[in-house]
Amino acid sequence: MTGLLARRNPVAKLAAALVFTLALVVTLDPLTPAIAIAIELALVPLFGLSYGTLARRAWPLLVSALGVVVTIVLFAAERGGDHLFEAGPILVTTGVLTSALGLALRVVAIALPGVLVFASTDPTDLADALVQNARAPHRFAIGALAAFRLAPLMRQEWQQLTLARRARGIDAGRNPLAALRIFASTSFALLVGAIRRGTRLAIAMDARGFDSGMTRTHARVQHFRLADAALIVATVAVAATILAISVAAGTFRPLL
Amino acid sequence: MIKLSGFGWRHAGRKRWALRDLDLRVERGERVLLLGPSGAGKSTLLAALAGLLAADSGEREGTVDVDGRAGILFQDPETQLVMARSGDDVAFGLENLGIPPDQIWPRVDEALRRVGFPYGRDRHTAALSGGEQQRLALAGALALRPDVLLLDEPTANLDPEGADLVRGALAQALDPDSTLILVEHRVAEALPLVDRVVVLEPGGGVRADGPPEKVFTEHGDRLAAEGVWVPGHPVPPRRAVRAPGKALLCAEKVALRDRLAAVDLTVLENEALAVLGPNGAGKSTLALLLGGLLKPDNGRVRATEALAGTEAATPPHRWRARTLARRIGSVFQDPEHQFVTARVHDELAIGADPSTVDVLLGRLRLDQLAGANPYTLSGGEARRLSVATALAAAPRLLVLDEPTFGQDRRTWIELVDLLADLRDAGHGIVAVTHDRDFVQTLADRTVTL
Repeated sequence: MTGLLARRNPVAKLAAALVFTLALVVTLDPLTPAIAIAIELALVPLFGLSYGTLARRAWPLLVSALGVVVTIVLFAAERGGDHLFEAGPILVTTGVLTSALGLALRVVAIALPGVLVFASTDPTDLADALVQNARAPHRFAIGALAAFRLAPLMRQEWQQLTLARRARGIDAGRNPLAALRIFASTSFALLVGAIRRGTRLAIAMDARGFDSGMTRTHARVQHFRLADAALIVATVAVAATILAISVAAGTFRPLL
Repeated sequence: MIKLSGFGWRHAGRKRWALRDLDLRVERGERVLLLGPSGAGKSTLLAALAGLLAADSGEREGTVDVDGRAGILFQDPETQLVMARSGDDVAFGLENLGIPPDQIWPRVDEALRRVGFPYGRDRHTAALSGGEQQRLALAGALALRPDVLLLDEPTANLDPEGADLVRGALAQALDPDSTLILVEHRVAEALPLVDRVVVLEPGGGVRADGPPEKVFTEHGDRLAAEGVWVPGHPVPPRRAVRAPGKALLCAEKVALRDRLAAVDLTVLENEALAVLGPNGAGKSTLALLLGGLLKPDNGRVRATEALAGTEAATPPHRWRARTLARRIGSVFQDPEHQFVTARVHDELAIGADPSTVDVLLGRLRLDQLAGANPYTLSGGEARRLSVATALAAAPRLLVLDEPTFGQDRRTWIELVDLLADLRDAGHGIVAVTHDRDFVQTLADRTVTL
């Protein structure tokens, strides 16, 4: 990965994302997430990502933000503020729109740092850094990494299982209950397969001395440098500044 | 070097001992082929030698002594690789053993070279073929410089080219004082690697032990009957007794983007058709298209009136599932994908009318297992049950994807006989396969993709 921030230690990136997210969680106003999104979008090139890549990675996020807006406009109980227009029984007011947009902005602003970090970090590097720089147990970090590698197989497996059910003469037609039953039985078969694979992988890892009580060495070294510490410090400063702006503008609404 | 005295192991929760009363000595540098009928405890013995039988997972008798470190290679390449990049995967074991970091990468490179790995360390493991993945797993075992190398059917899950790759890597990677213990039921392929054969007796002890020629002269017939592929025991071909009859199903320029280029073929009654072709040619995709399970995005699959009567105008992928199962039976590569209940008997009761369930169970030697959970069956039993489920609704046409994959000789012969009987009773059979013996023994016609 190229890009000034993409090259930072994965643990530093993760910590920075957490700090930034935390600042956004504490306030309910729309101004804070709006500033945060502007900053996040400005930083995209520094993570070595193009905006096109980001859009491909983040589209489910945009869909859920849109879902938030629609839900609130349709169902919110408080309908304060000026009346804008009426669509059948739905009264759209400035109050409704403000809270809907505010919430949608929060969803995007809170999720984006995580998207940026994971899109610009190799999973192996992340596991290495968690073990070497954050003292995460290797049983957890390497184990999760190995399991992660098996995940794409589950998709193929699901397709095979679904086709095999049709081949056996089982389909739901238009019966939702039957569809639910088939879904449950397919999920069960997927689970059995996943457990079986997981067990085999665990035995193979055992056979190569994983977690045998010896002190593990690291073939790939992850360094936590001054620049990584600086990234975290800078993130704290930026987050504090955004909150200060919100307070100064009088929009700050604490969560609790 | 390796010494077992009165060794026995019973898996927790099982009545039967997987191994019992085993006395065996293997000296440094010996190359041993371990044989025995299915259920004789070969894999359990390898696990014991590799130190993988945890004290709390069963009951132990006697002693096992392995002088030095054991490395093991399993059947399934997919579940042996841990890391995303090839070099990292070989390094994984070295890290676990606490090898100093400056020695790790030279040892990784040496291991990759020994197995003839054709790519660099950065090659993604997901981009490797099965044979290449298995070579990489072998490099991961060899990098730890094991004193004993244990191989548990290392080529059983691979197509012929992949298996050749792995055998080539093994022949090249072994040095004169490597001790080797190999489990492999395809004896002809194992013989160039070994100088001693040990046959385990199901129920306990060693039945035979000695140089290959001697063991096979004395015990070859019995081993072949028990399912081992002993050289010099050919299976007689099963030719069709009747000429091919009416067409049942036609594929007309049928294709699926990125998976299958346009194919034309016709499936006839009284005929067994084998579909051959290299990996990635779309054989399994073709099986799904012929089975009415996928919709082609070009060309069409057309059923004839002989197969579908008045519904012949509708393409198979649009039939209701129940109708489809009565006309075309599909057998998947992985038998477990087809199981939908918790009892063998119930699996067949889904599609079959009650009177035929017991007939099918008996015919496929599953009557003793009627109450068992399908997921607990052995490989051969699961394969027989998956064929039985496809036959349950009495379809005229049977489409099979690699039906003989990894099967022992006994199950293999049963399958060929069953398919030959079905063909001679007027069914159409289509099998996608890599198995040259299967093609020679059963196929009346072949199509190569």
